[in-house]
Amino acid sequence: MTALLKHLFGSLRDLLPIVLVILFFQFLVLRQPLPDVLDILIGTLLVVLGLTLFIQGLELGLFPIGESMAYAFANKGSLFWLLVFAFSLGFSTTVAEPALIAVAAEAAQVAGIGGMIENNTAARDSYAFGLRLTVAISVGIALVIGVLRILKGWPIHVIIIGGYVLVVLVTLIAPEEIIGIAYDSGGVTTSTITVPLVTALGIGLASAIKGRNPMIDGFGLIALASLTPMIFVMLYGIALNGGPA
Amino acid sequence: MTLLVDLWQTLLSTITDVVPIAVIIFGFQLFVIRKRIPKLSRVLAGFVLVLIGLSLFLAGLERALFPIGRLMAEQLTDPAFIGAVGDAVHWQDYIWVYLFAFAIGASTTVAEPSLIAVAIKAQQVSGGAIGVWGLRLAVALGVAVGISLGSWRIVMGYPIHWFIIAGYVVVIIQTLTSPKLIIPLAYDSGGVTTSTVTVPLVAALGLGLAETIPGRNPLIDGFGLIAFASLFPMMTVMAYAQISEWRAKRGHAKSLQEG
Repeated sequence: MTALLKHLFGSLRDLLPIVLVILFFQFLVLRQPLPDVLDILIGTLLVVLGLTLFIQGLELGLFPIGESMAYAFANKGSLFWLLVFAFSLGFSTTVAEPALIAVAAEAAQVAGIGGMIENNTAARDSYAFGLRLTVAISVGIALVIGVLRILKGWPIHVIIIGGYVLVVLVTLIAPEEIIGIAYDSGGVTTSTITVPLVTALGIGLASAIKGRNPMIDGFGLIALASLTPMIFVMLYGIALNGGPA
Repeated sequence: MTLLVDLWQTLLSTITDVVPIAVIIFGFQLFVIRKRIPKLSRVLAGFVLVLIGLSLFLAGLERALFPIGRLMAEQLTDPAFIGAVGDAVHWQDYIWVYLFAFAIGASTTVAEPSLIAVAIKAQQVSGGAIGVWGLRLAVALGVAVGISLGSWRIVMGYPIHWFIIAGYVVVIIQTLTSPKLIIPLAYDSGGVTTSTVTVPLVAALGLGLAETIPGRNPLIDGFGLIAFASLFPMMTVMAYAQISEWRAKRGHAKSLQEG
């Protein structure tokens, strides 16, 4: 019970800055009254309660399962199944991600207006779906590369810098309309449930394998999962449109 | 009554998000690993808490913070508030927008659940050398700088890839000179900053700016703030490590001189 209270207090403290920022701008800069005070109070209460339960659940459920699976795979020694697991985890958590669905729908609108595809519902839907599949596959591939990296002990910065070079090269030949969306899609792929799981998986693997340092080898999966979508989304734009307009 | 309906709908959509993950985890556990999950009841309780917690969190954001945040983004970018005359765009007119971007970027990042998760792990793994708050504040500063710079870019209409490529160059230089232990964590903090809380507010700000500034196309210029918010935390986290290392070295050199 004391742990729960401590978490509750922590959540209150975490949310205080947002409340202060909103109050400051609303009263001192915009000089408007606060609309729907009751709704705001209820909502803030829910947010505080939700964050508290989430953090509690993280430590009870998501962290332990991620680490215990990492240990189990490391002991079993089956590289094939570990990589299949990494790919499916990346793919399945991304394809249904609400932030990605929203970005894909907006991207389809851009493409329709920009004349890259026919501007009707069917063409837009198929474009958005293709984009979601592209991003989900790219996140799956990112986790496969990331897990291989942990096993082999490759330095992360070589892979990431190599990835940046690819991003820059692909940017040069990508259609202009897709660039902003592609860059943003890197940021939206990693959801609130995926991040703790993937982090625990990486750290578990790095701790279970001899000669790996969890600090150096355990982190880095999320960085890869944010990098590959940028490249793949631009390639998707090039494949459909063919080069800068 | 609408509160209950909202809660129920958010819970349903959160469950839809979690089902594929749960299927994969328990599927692999059952058919590939073929071992019992240690402390299964605790893990299941944890999953239920995460589900309920995330649903309450999202429903609360949707009820309280997002509507007012979006409204403020609209009001701050409204030409009537800016007081712009004619079609000329003066970047100075948008000073409150940059300040709002900075403040909302920093404060939403502090409340971002996935960043809290990574910070907890980083503290455990580093044996306390990297504090939860040190990391969270460094990332929050990065997001704040990133979003205000990104807003300025939308106001000026510069192409986004100049900024991103220049940012990459800085990240690469810092990578070569930072303590090795921080690098993977710094890269990861780029990806975790932008999820549940930050994205909806930041997207509203970007679209609001691109819609109201003459000559900007919301479909092209409205995007990109999230990319900025993922890039700058890498720099600030590495800078945080560089500064701590530099201070430790200086302190060490001083104690040698005195001793």
